[in-house]
Amino acid sequence: MKTQPAPLAAASATLGAGWDAAPVAAVAVAADGRVLDINRAARAVLPAVEPGDQLSVGAPGWLSAADSVVRSGEPVGDVAGVAGSQSFDAHPVAAADGSVMWWLEETTRLRASQEALRLERESTAFLHAASDALLSSLNASRTMEVAAELAVSRLADAAWVIAPVARGVHQAVQCLHGERPRALTLRIRAEDIPGLAEALQGFPPVPSRWIDPAGLEPWIVPDGFGEAGPMVVTSLPGHGVPAGALVLLRRADRVAFSEDEEAVARLFASRVGAALAAARLFEQQSAITDVLTSQLLPPALRRSRGIDFAGVYRPAQETARLGGDFYDVHETEDGGTLALLGDVCGQGLEAAVLTGKIRNTMQALLPLAGDHGRVLALLNAALIGAGETRFASLVLASALREDDGLRLRLTRAGHLPPLVVRADGRVEELLGRGPVVGVLDEPEFETLEVRLEPGETCLLYTDGVVEARGGPMGGELFGEERLHLLLSECGGLPAEAVVERVVMLATQWLEGPEHDDIAVLAITAPRVWS
Amino acid sequence: MVLIGVGGSPDAVAVHADRLWQAVLAGDEYRAIDTVLGALAEGVEPEAILLDVVGATQRRVGHEWSLNRISVAQEHAATAINERAIAHLATRLPRPEVTGAHVTVACVDGEWHALPARLLAEVLTLRGFRVDYLGAQVPTPHLITHLHRSSPDLVALSGSLPTRLPVAHATISACQSAGVPVIVGGAAFGSHGRWAARLGAQAWAPTARAAADRLVEPLPRPPAAHEPIDDLPHLLDQEYTMVTRGSAGLVRAVMAGLEERIPAMRAYTDLQRQHTAEDVAHTVDFLGSALYIDDAVLFLDYVTWTAQILEARLVPARSLVPAMDLLSDRLRDFPRALGMLDRATALLEPAQR
Repeated sequence: MKTQPAPLAAASATLGAGWDAAPVAAVAVAADGRVLDINRAARAVLPAVEPGDQLSVGAPGWLSAADSVVRSGEPVGDVAGVAGSQSFDAHPVAAADGSVMWWLEETTRLRASQEALRLERESTAFLHAASDALLSSLNASRTMEVAAELAVSRLADAAWVIAPVARGVHQAVQCLHGERPRALTLRIRAEDIPGLAEALQGFPPVPSRWIDPAGLEPWIVPDGFGEAGPMVVTSLPGHGVPAGALVLLRRADRVAFSEDEEAVARLFASRVGAALAAARLFEQQSAITDVLTSQLLPPALRRSRGIDFAGVYRPAQETARLGGDFYDVHETEDGGTLALLGDVCGQGLEAAVLTGKIRNTMQALLPLAGDHGRVLALLNAALIGAGETRFASLVLASALREDDGLRLRLTRAGHLPPLVVRADGRVEELLGRGPVVGVLDEPEFETLEVRLEPGETCLLYTDGVVEARGGPMGGELFGEERLHLLLSECGGLPAEAVVERVVMLATQWLEGPEHDDIAVLAITAPRVWS
Repeated sequence: MVLIGVGGSPDAVAVHADRLWQAVLAGDEYRAIDTVLGALAEGVEPEAILLDVVGATQRRVGHEWSLNRISVAQEHAATAINERAIAHLATRLPRPEVTGAHVTVACVDGEWHALPARLLAEVLTLRGFRVDYLGAQVPTPHLITHLHRSSPDLVALSGSLPTRLPVAHATISACQSAGVPVIVGGAAFGSHGRWAARLGAQAWAPTARAAADRLVEPLPRPPAAHEPIDDLPHLLDQEYTMVTRGSAGLVRAVMAGLEERIPAMRAYTDLQRQHTAEDVAHTVDFLGSALYIDDAVLFLDYVTWTAQILEARLVPARSLVPAMDLLSDRLRDFPRALGMLDRATALLEPAQR
């Protein structure tokens, strides 16, 4: 039986009956730190606090510490803490006699919802940042690295992103918290990791699996990780395509994945899956595009049969890389070469496909290269016979070494005349007659001959050069006069330097990014060296 | 420690460089190729051949052109021959095992000076990097497709013309939005790379050697969710946009004004008039770039350089000050542009007294 100290009765008397029944917990503390009184609500949450004892005996540390501060006359800020399973905000009211009345406002549910809101915000921010990072790349390997790095930034101590099996192996990325991701090739059986095979089926989505870390395959725990604790395997659902699996690992001393965390992991996994599926789709499509376009791109040119060639091609549609201009250089049976350059009406892929047909046809007609008129007549017939509604203009140029120079035979089919740049800078236009191919039934062509001395160049080009619109004052055509003028400074230059200079000045002339296809081909007689 | 043969001493390297200079000046491709292959045979370090023989020769080409000692055509020929010499040399160089990062080397789109990028690509290959060399005239969409397909660790972007800085910025931002960090180099980025950081590049290197040294350490990842406007908030004043969009009109107005102020210009031939218009257009380009990067130094450097070039060609720079004046008239509402034009005029005037 405890003896009741004297001041208690006095205090109760002052506080009155309403105090004890108040719905808010309250504790009265005397100036010397002894508990004067405690109401019913407070007794329920602070069962160890007894009137007459020092407050510090039965109250939680945060409350008695704040109490000493208040009684010493110092200001005290927000006071909050936990008692039992509940949380409280504590509000002190100091009296003139140095005693303090503590009102304890219960905030358990408020705190819980605040905490939930914080976690939710963090998760949203994480998922948002994850989406940004994942969307940045269309490369599957990089997307896997980004995904693994993101996973360890929030969800786990270590993570694996494992791709579905391809050619007997799984491409995978492993990442430890705070480290850079590592790409690995796994020769594993997915069935050996519980949940992995199912997750790798990707679609229909299988639920995350909680797995007991005991008895795991040793490779799944990264070197230097320590003892593995909770682990979760999540499917990465793609667009109906299995995109892979995400494996999250925590150390043994870490808490297990909560329900909310598991939900975040699933949302994260669906973003990773979508990004990976898009990246794989892009890779497949661009691989196909590369194979197809490589057949249509102009060839890289170099010295052939002792003759220098250089070409530059700038298609109008930069994203397509292809257009309606074309050139080619072939070696012929007479020991020389046949170069061709032309322009199909139209731009873009449809035009490019026709350039491919023309180039193939020309290759087949190479044995007849000695007779340009016949080659062009056959090409003309082939285009009309195939029901092709488009037409093309082109120039054929056969070159053969002759002494230290070149003998050129040139035939024009409705194309801009070739230009010869003499060593002294004179520029000559070669005006043979001949219609475009693909229109007339029986076209006739005129073949001209010209000799190039060492250092002299014959330039073939398409109308994109002279029809470049712009200039310093705007709205002006580049024009043939300007082209002739610039070529007059190119006597004796190597083939590459001539085409580079022509295309450079023509493209710099342009006002904006818009232009027609531009193709330029130089045939140059090498200079003879002393 | 790499052992250097007798032929690799600094003096010997200078001799090889001088031989190459004579060869490219004469347009003698074979002698140029023989020179670089000869240097290799004499034991000169491959990196020194690339940078101190070929690279030094190329710098000399640019310098001699600026002093009007060689023509534009000779400059082009020399560059083409240098390119061929590197192509021959590259087939003979050792190809060490790849131990370094995967680097894509490209030029800023619209850039025609591919040689520095080519030299960097060869140096990085020698140092054990895995290199994809895309060269000049690569439209940015192709570069980005390439990045997605081959996923390099970084892009090394070369630029020599400050007027291409806005394009460079677009390219840097595009690479970064694909998650790939960028190191930049070349004269375009200003002395000590002062404009590299402003364009958001992760690193800058003054030389190919410095770039190779820097890239031993990985570059920081580009920030996620980055808006290019964050790099250059001053662009919100629209001065850059208005000046570049109206550039043809500005040039026309300045040309008309010049003909009024300088009577001699009225007797110009069409070609002379075109050249003057091109000079004015160039001035507007540089002004635009300076507004883009918000640094008057870019414009002032150009003005100083142009005055020197004109002097070397014995062309009086008398049209420059009136041109600044006429541009100021047209750009009254643009305080940043006016400030730059005023400083340029102040710079030019003492020289013209």
